[in-house]
Parts: sequence; C-alpha cells; structure tokens
Amino acid sequence: MGAVNHQSIGLDVQHLRVSFDGFVAVADSSFTVQPGESFGIVGESGSGKSTVLRAICGLAPRESGAVKLLGPGPQPQPGSKPFRRLVQMVFQDPYGSLHPRHTVDRLLAEPLAIHGIGDEQARIERALDEVGLGTGFRFRYPHQLSGGQRQRIAIARALILEPQILLLDEPTSALDASVQAEVLNLLETLRARRGLSFIMVSHDLAVVTHLCERLMVMQRGRMVEMLASGDLAAHRVTEPYTRQLMEASAGFRRQEALS
Amino acid sequence: MSQTVLEVDDLRVSFPNREGGRTEVVRGVSFNLGRERLGIVGESGSGKSQTGRAILGLTAPGGIVTAKRLAFNGIDLLHCSPRQRRDLRGGRIAMVLQDPKFSLNPVMTIGQQIVEALQAHTKMSKVSNREARQRALAALESVQIDNPERVYKLYPHEVSGGMGQRAMIAMMLIANPDLLIADEPTSALDVTVQLQVLAILDQLVAERGMGLVFVSHDLRLVSTFCDRILVMYAGRVVEELSAGGLAQAKHPYTLGLLNCLPQLGANRHPLPTLDRRPEWAQ
Repeated sequence: MGAVNHQSIGLDVQHLRVSFDGFVAVADSSFTVQPGESFGIVGESGSGKSTVLRAICGLAPRESGAVKLLGPGPQPQPGSKPFRRLVQMVFQDPYGSLHPRHTVDRLLAEPLAIHGIGDEQARIERALDEVGLGTGFRFRYPHQLSGGQRQRIAIARALILEPQILLLDEPTSALDASVQAEVLNLLETLRARRGLSFIMVSHDLAVVTHLCERLMVMQRGRMVEMLASGDLAAHRVTEPYTRQLMEASAGFRRQEALS
Repeated sequence: MSQTVLEVDDLRVSFPNREGGRTEVVRGVSFNLGRERLGIVGESGSGKSQTGRAILGLTAPGGIVTAKRLAFNGIDLLHCSPRQRRDLRGGRIAMVLQDPKFSLNPVMTIGQQIVEALQAHTKMSKVSNREARQRALAALESVQIDNPERVYKLYPHEVSGGMGQRAMIAMMLIANPDLLIADEPTSALDVTVQLQVLAILDQLVAERGMGLVFVSHDLRLVSTFCDRILVMYAGRVVEELSAGGLAQAKHPYTLGLLNCLPQLGANRHPLPTLDRRPEWAQ
C-alpha cells in the first residue's frame, strides 16, 4: 500500500445512469464535488439519491456515465482497490449495517485485513478515540451500544482506512434529535481535521444545509435543482418541488391539512 | 370537549435489572386526556414509549406497572379482567407503531390484515367476508390510498414506507377506537410523506373525536401538531407546555431539545448539544 495521502480529493460524476431490470433509478445525473467540499443530495424515497452513492462506490451497477476522482497527479479508477480505500461509505441504519455477532474490534479490523494494512491495534484505538468512544467500547457487541454509539462505530469503520471522500447515506435519520446533533458535530470536526470531502444524502433539508455548502435536489431519478446552502437559507429557490421540501421541513401546518 | 377519556395518575413502570433489583423507567407520570391531541416528547430511554405501552397493557414480560389510577372512560385498566383488557386493546384503544416494515405481518396481504383486525374487534357473525372486504377497502380509501383494490392485494414488502404506515393507520382505525396511541408514527418516513401522514391522522382525529397520544422525539414537529405537550426526561415529566407555548419553555432540557435541531437559515457550528444534568432526574 502506498503512503497515506492526506491531500483532499474531489469527485466528478458525468451523465450517470443506473437502471434495474428496465426501471431507471437514476437518469443522466452530473455533478462535481471540489476537493474538500461538502455536497448534499436531497430528495424523497425513491428519488434515486442513495443509488447515486451506491453507483459511485460500486454497490449498484453503472449503466453509463463516468465517475472520476479529482486531485493532483493520477488518481485510481473506480472499482479498483485503491479507489475503494479512498472512497468510503457510511450507511443509514446503524442497526442493520453492523454485523450483530462481531465485536467492535472485529468490525474495525475487517477493512484493515481486506486492504492489507498492518498495525491494527494502534489504528483501532486511534479510530475509536477519533469518534469519541474510547477503547472501553472495543470488545462490545453492537447490541450493547446505543444508536448514536453504533453510528459512531460505522463512521470509525469508514475512517480507519483513511479515506478522503466519505459517502454518507442518511447518517443521522435513524437517530434522536439530540444524538443527531452530536453525530453532525463529529462529522464536521473530522472533515476539518482531515480535509475530507463529503457527499451526503438526506431527506432533511435542514440537516443537509447545515453540513453542506452546495446541494442537489433530486426527484424520480433526475436532478431538479442545484443550489448553494445560502440560497436555501434565504429561501431563494425556483423549483416548486424544492419549495415543497422547504416548507415540509418547517413542520406541520393545519391549514394545509384541511384544504 | 372536556370529557376525560384517559386518566393517568402516578404511573410507574419498572423492569428487573442485573443487580437483582428493579429499575423504574417510568417514575410517576400523571396526566388527563380529553378528546385532544397530546404529545409526549423525549429522547430514547426517557420512558415515553413505555408510558404508551403501559396504557395499552403491552409492557414486556417482567415489567411491573403500578399507578394510583389508570382509567379509560372510567374503566380501571389495572384491575379489570384480562378479557376486558383484551377487548379494549385494538378495539377502543388502538396503537400505531413506528416502523411499518416491522409491525405489519410480512406473510399476509395488507387487505387480509385489515380484515383480521376488523373481525377480531367486531362481532364476527355480523360481518360477512364480503362486507369485511368492503370495509377494509373503505378504510384504505380513508387514509388517502388512491387505488385501494391494488393495495389490498399487496404484501407489506411491496409497498413504500408511507403506504405501509397508512395501511397500519387504516387497520387501527377500522374498529373506531376512542383513543389512539401513536408511537413515533412518522419517524421512519420522508419529510414530505411525514406531513401527509400527519394530515391524515389530524383529519381522522378531528372527524371522529378521538383522543390522541402522540409519542415522538421531535419536539418541533410535535409542537406544530399537538394541543398539549409533555416533555419527559428519565421517566418523569419535566415540563408541560401548550402547543403555542413553546417559546415560553423554561426547563433547560426542553430548551436543549429545541436547540439541537439544525434549522434552515440558521448558521450554528457546532450545533449545541444536550448536556444532561443528573438533577433533572430528581
């Protein structure tokens, strides 16, 4: 394995198309994430937002389109082992994404073994420290952890390979509001410390604008609007769908319900 | 409107712990509920779901429920016969659970499940299969499912989360309950679908004059939906608020819950987190 690269890396996606048995999940989606940037994708279930992430890291088949890393010098190709090390994913549900019969120690050792990285002990301890859990959690099973702690383990598992791009698929939607704040703060600290680039998927506009500088709104596999977070905060949106999402995040309004 | 549906006085729920003693997870909760929407808000582990479950008699084995009074329409729930309790549960008191993926039966079609709920709570002999089917279809329609005939035949894995949740609401409402306990009914759903489901619940509660207990961790959502809010921490009610009175919230825990949510247009880095103080639990 080469030397650890702490240079920020961006990602360029051009004309991505993914379909399953003729059903087009993502149609012609293009965006660029600058090195060190945090980019959000917003949409409701079935809009194809998670599929975009899965296609980037190779969990969903790309029918056409190109995914390319942006950085100084030659960058690894999608699907190659060095690419997989640089681009790591954190999944939505910490209850489902951790093996229930593996200890935290084994969960964290697995990616190291796959990528042939030595020095496991020190790395596992450091990864646990970094997500604020400490080594006391090392030999616990997932069922002995709270939801927030599990999501921290999932983040530690992604970070242990020292990636430069994190794909975050609704990292806080399974968590309590108070725990969500802690995990969001953790993600921000880690990004600042390591110069990470984020691509974050969520259906919660407030969460995405909090964490991301720019965002893309998706509906039925297509991009609806590309926005800067500032525009959204100032309510400068053009598409009715984005407006609808924006109003939804303000809470329930009875007048609408009766109409 | 002020007619009391549910009286809860000094409700306590405890479970055995590893040291051989008992841990109280609900510690003296009291409230009266009329035909109104009451929100119970708190984090995981605050006892809000256990409160809802105790009312229904669904506390897990090992748990002990005590109260000075726990009464539904004047019926003492803690001292009535198991048979009477069973008749109430699902019939006059219904519950909507958090995640339709786990709380619907995966090997029965949605239609069959609704019919089963109907037949369990009405006199079986009076409802023919055909009528049961008609009523199930009508129930699906009442929760704004566009094509009830199609959804009737689908299995839970074939529908989206929002659709599954609506089917569950349809199932709970088919027996015309007086009291609906909704335990995080929208937490597993998208923001836009969340509002649709809430609008349906709201309309049904208003039309049928039910009492609603809405359990959630999202204070902001609850405050826009309910008439009255109880904020729970460590098994106790730390503050009671009227829905419009969120701005007057005084307890640091309530304020913490309000502040930790990211808001559109607010630039707060890092987000304030809750620091939980042991004296709140006193």
